[in-house]
Amino acid sequence: MKSLLSALCMLLILPLYGQAPSAEQIIQAVDANMISQTSKSRTRMVVHSRRATRTMEAINYSRGNNMFFSEYLSPPREKGTKMLKLDEDLWIYDPGTDRSIQISGNMLKQSVMGSDLSYEDMMEETHLLDSYNAELSGDIQYEGRDCWILELNAKNTDVSYYKRKAYIDKQRYVCLYEEWFAKSGKLLKTVKASDVQRIDNRWYPTKYVFKDELKQGSGTEYYLEEIQLDLDLPAHVFTKAMLKK
Amino acid sequence: MLKFLIKGIMRDRHRWLFPILIVMFAVALLIFGFSFLEGFKMSYIQQTSRFNSGHMKVVSRAYAEMLDIKPYDLALLDVSEDLYEWKEQYPQLDWVERINFGALLDVPDNDGNTKIQSEIVGFAIDLLGSEEEINRMQLKNGLKRGKLPQDASEILISLAAAEKMELKVGDKVTLMGATVFGAMSMRNFQISGMVEFGVLSLDRGAIVADLSAIREMLDMQDAAGEILCFFKDGEYNLRDATKIANHFNGKYSNKEEEFSPQMLRLNDQGNLGPILRMFDYSLVWMSLGFIMVMAIVLWNAGLLNGIRRYGEFGLRLAIGESKRMVYTSLLSEALIVGIAGGVLGVIIGSGISIYFNIHGMDMSVYNRSSNMMTENILYTSLTVKAIIASFIPGLVSTFLGAALAGIAIFKRDTSQLFKELET
Repeated sequence: MKSLLSALCMLLILPLYGQAPSAEQIIQAVDANMISQTSKSRTRMVVHSRRATRTMEAINYSRGNNMFFSEYLSPPREKGTKMLKLDEDLWIYDPGTDRSIQISGNMLKQSVMGSDLSYEDMMEETHLLDSYNAELSGDIQYEGRDCWILELNAKNTDVSYYKRKAYIDKQRYVCLYEEWFAKSGKLLKTVKASDVQRIDNRWYPTKYVFKDELKQGSGTEYYLEEIQLDLDLPAHVFTKAMLKK
Repeated sequence: MLKFLIKGIMRDRHRWLFPILIVMFAVALLIFGFSFLEGFKMSYIQQTSRFNSGHMKVVSRAYAEMLDIKPYDLALLDVSEDLYEWKEQYPQLDWVERINFGALLDVPDNDGNTKIQSEIVGFAIDLLGSEEEINRMQLKNGLKRGKLPQDASEILISLAAAEKMELKVGDKVTLMGATVFGAMSMRNFQISGMVEFGVLSLDRGAIVADLSAIREMLDMQDAAGEILCFFKDGEYNLRDATKIANHFNGKYSNKEEEFSPQMLRLNDQGNLGPILRMFDYSLVWMSLGFIMVMAIVLWNAGLLNGIRRYGEFGLRLAIGESKRMVYTSLLSEALIVGIAGGVLGVIIGSGISIYFNIHGMDMSVYNRSSNMMTENILYTSLTVKAIIASFIPGLVSTFLGAALAGIAIFKRDTSQLFKELET
């Protein structure tokens, strides 16, 4: 039912066929497609660093875009590590020390589990229109799909990336490719999304490749192995008590 | 002739007192300046090598490219066999494994939640197995509270950082970092003591932990971020270091393999080479500057003295002495004055330098605002090079000053000098 409502919302915010939508309408449609009320997923992250390739599996829970809980299932060294994001706060629990540590300050810029993603990336507000001015700058064929090119410029300086460029699939309202830039114009990260699948009336990429362009290595692959959307999740999932359970 | 000149100088106080005093003070000052600089340079080498560079250092080629940020994720892995071979190959060196790392130091409250946290620089050294490393890092002298770690679960923290975080000896803290493969890693430690390293950058926030504990935490068993090499006699010798580094790199390093070992001399690391070259050049620049300033001062003194002695010059010309002979005698007098002033300057300058070489100078006030790694007590270092480099400019400047002032003799007509004799 909730999926159906999301699809309806998407239709409402989109203009009639034939009219070019505005950048804001495109972003709202992408959000309506991607952000569910709740979700539970199992993911696999493959980190290709300069030295080795590591694979990590995790089970994740989310409510909206401001509550997120994750527990690592493998490899053995990371098993039992948990992360909790509640609005602006992020905690990590380590079973070896039985400590929950709040990540803040410069630590937010550190890599998550050695991947090409930083904690700051995880914390980022997904309602892009709150932080960025969006502009539709053209069309492109990307990986055989018709896409809009969106350019997003930060409204103020409290964002991690001053400028973003995104290719949005015109039919499925999925962001297939993104470039994230510093204020100087230097390319910092790229994100490629692929293997888009239909899940409960939504289109979801099931594979992402994140690449920190300032690091050597061939990036981080992120696979969505399983996902359930708009399910009933008990409130205690998103509490600090869950970290030590 | 020499005796005649010396008698002439001695009988006229104006000829020797001022020039000798100037040369003496300047040479003494220069000797002390050189000794201070040499002492500063030695202290810098000593302190930097202890904490950071070693006399030489072996790292992976990938690590060497980013040496300043000490990327321990590019550390040398499985080093024990190689290290054994290197120790056999270069017995004149002490080999020391270390890991420098950055981490978050988290202090829990009574419920185990974060009370306060701070980013710190970590040194993992062989704390429990090597008295030499404790001495090298001057931990016993620097220990201000508590005791040195007795087991791998204990760490030392810089006193300033501990006070800032309101830590006490015995407090439990958690270090959070990343393993050599990038995974998140945490480990609990207990503060066993608080130290002052005497180096501003470290005193701001550093910890010292045992190598075994950090190896476990960072998943670096049998790995080392850096392997420091020290000459067994404790003195850094650039020529020997170059020879060893060239031999090592020729034998063990492979340019095609980013994780193959590479030996770096102290001079090859970061800005250390240019800084040390700057120390050496400063000797030349100080000498040149000294010669110029002194020559101008003594030139002026010579001119004044020359004017005073025009009558004498007129008389000497009248009795048949040539202008050249008068000029030569002036230069000879200058040499005698220069030697006398220089010798006195060497005695006084060396005396002051030797005093501070024995007793040292407390530089801690200046070190508090400096990032340069030097010891709080600085000992001057008097060398033969410093004595020669001070004495010769003293002599040259006196000679040059007299030579410039004496030119006036040639510029004046003989008749005018005679006339001045009448007045």
